[in-house]
Amino acid sequence: MAKDYETVIGLEVHVELATKTKIFCGCSTAFGGKPNSHTCPVCTGMPGSLPVLNRKVLEHAVAVGLATNCQITRYCKFDRKNYFYPDNPQNYQISQLYLPICRDGYVEIDVEEGSEGEKASTHGKKRIGIHEIHMEEDAGKLIHDEWEDCTLVDYNRSGVPLIEIVSEPDMRSAEEVISYLEKLRLIIQYLGASDCKLQEGSMRADVNLSVREPGSAHYGTRTEMKNLNSFHAIARAIEGERNRQIDLLESGKAVVQETRRWDDLKGTSYVMRSKEDAQDYRYFPDPDLVPVSIDDAFLEEIRARQPEFRTEKMDRYKSEYGIPDYDIEIITGSKSMADIFEATVALGAQPKKVSNWLMVETLRLLKERELDPEDIRFSPEHLAKLIALAESKAVNSTVAKEVFELMFEQDIDPEAYVEEKGLKMVSDTDALRRVVEEVIAANPKSVQDYRGGKDRAIGFLVGQTMKAMKGKADPVTVDALLRELL
Amino acid sequence: MANIISDETIEYVGILAKLSLSEEEREQAKKDMGRMLDYIDKLNELDTTGAEPMSHAFAVENVFREDEVTGGDGREEMLRNAPARKGDMFAVPNVMSH
Amino acid sequence: MELLTLSAVELGAAIQAGKATAIEAMEAVLRRIEEKEDALHCYITIDKEKALERAVEAQRRIQAGELAGPLAGVPMAVKDNLCTAGMPTTCASRMLGNFVPTYTAEALRNLERAGAVVIGKTNMDEFAMGSTTETSAYGATRNPGNTEHVPGGSSGGSAAAVAAGECFFALGSDTGGSIRQPASHCGVVGMKPTYGTVSRFGLVAYGSSLDQIGPLGRTVEDCAAALEILAGAGPRAGQGEAASGDMPGEGEGSPEGIVPDRRDSTYLYRKDTDFTSALKKDVAGMRIGIPRDYFGPGLSEEVRHSVMAAAELFRGKGALVEEFDLSLVEYAIPAYYTIAAAEASSNLERFDGIKYGYRANDAQELHRMYKQTRSEGFGPEVKRRIMLGSFVLSSGYYDAYYLKALRVKAMIKKAFDRAYARYDCILGPVAPTTAPRLGQSLDDPLKMYLGDIYTISVNLAGLPAISVPCGEDGNGLPIGLQLIGDCFQEEKILRAAYSYEQFRKDGQG
Repeated sequence: MAKDYETVIGLEVHVELATKTKIFCGCSTAFGGKPNSHTCPVCTGMPGSLPVLNRKVLEHAVAVGLATNCQITRYCKFDRKNYFYPDNPQNYQISQLYLPICRDGYVEIDVEEGSEGEKASTHGKKRIGIHEIHMEEDAGKLIHDEWEDCTLVDYNRSGVPLIEIVSEPDMRSAEEVISYLEKLRLIIQYLGASDCKLQEGSMRADVNLSVREPGSAHYGTRTEMKNLNSFHAIARAIEGERNRQIDLLESGKAVVQETRRWDDLKGTSYVMRSKEDAQDYRYFPDPDLVPVSIDDAFLEEIRARQPEFRTEKMDRYKSEYGIPDYDIEIITGSKSMADIFEATVALGAQPKKVSNWLMVETLRLLKERELDPEDIRFSPEHLAKLIALAESKAVNSTVAKEVFELMFEQDIDPEAYVEEKGLKMVSDTDALRRVVEEVIAANPKSVQDYRGGKDRAIGFLVGQTMKAMKGKADPVTVDALLRELL
Repeated sequence: MANIISDETIEYVGILAKLSLSEEEREQAKKDMGRMLDYIDKLNELDTTGAEPMSHAFAVENVFREDEVTGGDGREEMLRNAPARKGDMFAVPNVMSH
Repeated sequence: MELLTLSAVELGAAIQAGKATAIEAMEAVLRRIEEKEDALHCYITIDKEKALERAVEAQRRIQAGELAGPLAGVPMAVKDNLCTAGMPTTCASRMLGNFVPTYTAEALRNLERAGAVVIGKTNMDEFAMGSTTETSAYGATRNPGNTEHVPGGSSGGSAAAVAAGECFFALGSDTGGSIRQPASHCGVVGMKPTYGTVSRFGLVAYGSSLDQIGPLGRTVEDCAAALEILAGAGPRAGQGEAASGDMPGEGEGSPEGIVPDRRDSTYLYRKDTDFTSALKKDVAGMRIGIPRDYFGPGLSEEVRHSVMAAAELFRGKGALVEEFDLSLVEYAIPAYYTIAAAEASSNLERFDGIKYGYRANDAQELHRMYKQTRSEGFGPEVKRRIMLGSFVLSSGYYDAYYLKALRVKAMIKKAFDRAYARYDCILGPVAPTTAPRLGQSLDDPLKMYLGDIYTISVNLAGLPAISVPCGEDGNGLPIGLQLIGDCFQEEKILRAAYSYEQFRKDGQG
């Protein structure tokens, strides 16, 4: 049992593309409609219906391919993958086998020093090869009906466009897998090609895993693990499957090439197979679709539209905004965060202030509520207004934080809210002076202490004044006024 | 007859095509498929080197739709012909029971 | 006026001139159906009341000046594999016995917009698989010329209905001869246009790369008029890019144009669809090639004689007629059945008892439900082709069978290309024999497939072709002449067919 094993992992990542309509028909891809409300003859496989390709799908797929250093297939086709299952209304899925849109790309991930992969390059970076990217259609949703012991089918997701990104077996640990996924997610989010939410299924990963003795020239027999819908589940499934395979080998048994389904609640996987699944998909070119031929002009058009990616953005933030490296790291780590940052700055807010609100309050609330930056709901306009209120000392910092929290939850307009609730600071110095005088009169002990050299006593008096003002005063002004009057 | 179709092949094709055959149909199917394949094997007389497989008789490329929603709520129309439905969904035998 | 003796275009003109009405025409057709339908069984579905209502509505719109086309108010029949909103569409299968589409086939919609009035849905071979209309789950159609014989197939119901006067014209679909062969067997005109000329949206697919919708009528003119409307008025811009140089309209419109609400990626939106203008009685100088390969063993002497007599007539009228070797003819059938069966096996997977159509009701387990539904829902010929198709696509056989067939298809297309460098038209028989007797074909499927030898390569190469009557055999059964054109050259074969039809009429005086 002292044997050492190396884990070899390749990933098949499905990403739902951010289009308004499905890949082959004009039905909406919006979430949350009533079951089967976003359907038509095409995406329910009615007799005589035919597919027509959504141009946007091709644009997104090529954009992702270019951003991941792929070769773009200049002449590509769609193929039918034939298998019977109720979520698949035609009983074939339109996908790409023979001529996928992108091939032979890679992304670079950061690896810890010392972990030497076979394709490791310098500076703790490692290249993860991308074998291919292909376009395909998503399947419908099956819902189990416990009462009637039947399965119900909703085709709203049927025909939603996907790209499948197939990596080379270049990863060696769960950390590398997660780092690869995070990198992919960031690239795709920057492109605006998808929101890549694992929980909602707009990004899904199947893990191909095998183990072997280090230095072995051959890969071991691999299994495919499905149903992984969080980074946490992916890490656990990798660990579980690695151990399962090692146990098999150690006890002299062979690993069987099969597809397994991960049960994250139980922390185990089981085989998905029946006699009726022949796994013989009879792929052939779909005669209902015509080939896609990509010319230089099209590629240039997509290339010209590629956004500023993270490294470029980081450099620019440094030179343009002068905010700390740590802030840049966090803010550019999410496309949504970077978008909000830039939009708020564009509205006139000072970069460092914007960064502070994002780095402190926003991150705190996201963490507390277990949300991702993609879930941020407040608008840059409102953040800019709040910063203006705080900077002009129209509200004090405590009030500003309270208002921010509400804004985070409901995207309220902070200006209107502060006005409506009367939270603006009292700028009338005469009124404030009167209150301070009253506080001095009412607290002779503290006044005496202060005058006796106990500087701390002034803090109590400031507090009393703030209380009397119901928080609508600037504590610094109050402090100065107290010292003047005493 | 050059192509002898085995029981296993017919069984396998039945799984792929989702067809179950009676004993009599199975024997007939073996005979029919064997004869058809013998006939199709005639194509092997032909040297097709250099001939690209042709899906469509002439090359039309790049046919697209714009990404604009054209469909409305298709629920009722799509469910109208369903052999079994429950609410707004198609009902099928429990997929989990094998 | 005896309306039933008029052609569709003549009837349309009479209606426009106020000499007849759409209602009278429909009533005449329904009376004829009443008389003959029991003996012939051309239709699967007729709703007489609805057909009359549609005729009344058409007549109202004609009188209101909203409809002025050549086929406005003309009663037509529709093959039952074309979807009709609100009217059953069965494909002559038990599988779709209760299927009522919520949409109408795009091609048919074009005709309905032009005012043609649907009578009902015609019988056919189940899912268009067959050459006799005997594989229909709803009983065979009989040949109006002799009810002991089949009408041909798979559009046998449409051909028989036209021949018997149970409609003025009809729609069929042609995957390997399914319009031309029954037209030939029933003595009417049937035309298969260039692949991509007519939208397939709403045509229940058999072999998607081969299927094409087309008209059957009593005259060449009727077919030209119907096809003109079926093809639709193509928008000016954008049919995708033509990669080959022979596409009409290449270089015009936007290079990656997008047609609004496009529903069939293989529909070409041709602009050169003024087919009726090609109807000129003149073949002088027309170069006509006769493939020697089409006159080999298996061709009946009577058919050979009639077709050769037609060739002589062309020659007599100034056409340059010569024989040539087309080559590869004997490979068309095995290539066709491989490709068509493969595509069919995939196209027919959607019939699974879940969304529409038949479902075996006692199956509690999913895969048993699939198998029972499909085994009970499909007839023997359909199952035969689905199994063959599943096999040729299965792991280990794809290259040897399917890809091989696609390579042969490319070679066949090349052989036609060579021929069209020399000829405007290819002339030959439609089928080796006249219509067989009922019950003689299904026992030996392979023999039935051999009957498609002259029609099938046309579909493989995507060409337009037309079948026109050219004689009768000793039993009075019709013989058809086939004229095959190069891609997009409908006008040439229409002119040849129209001229022949007129010369023949002159000859019969």
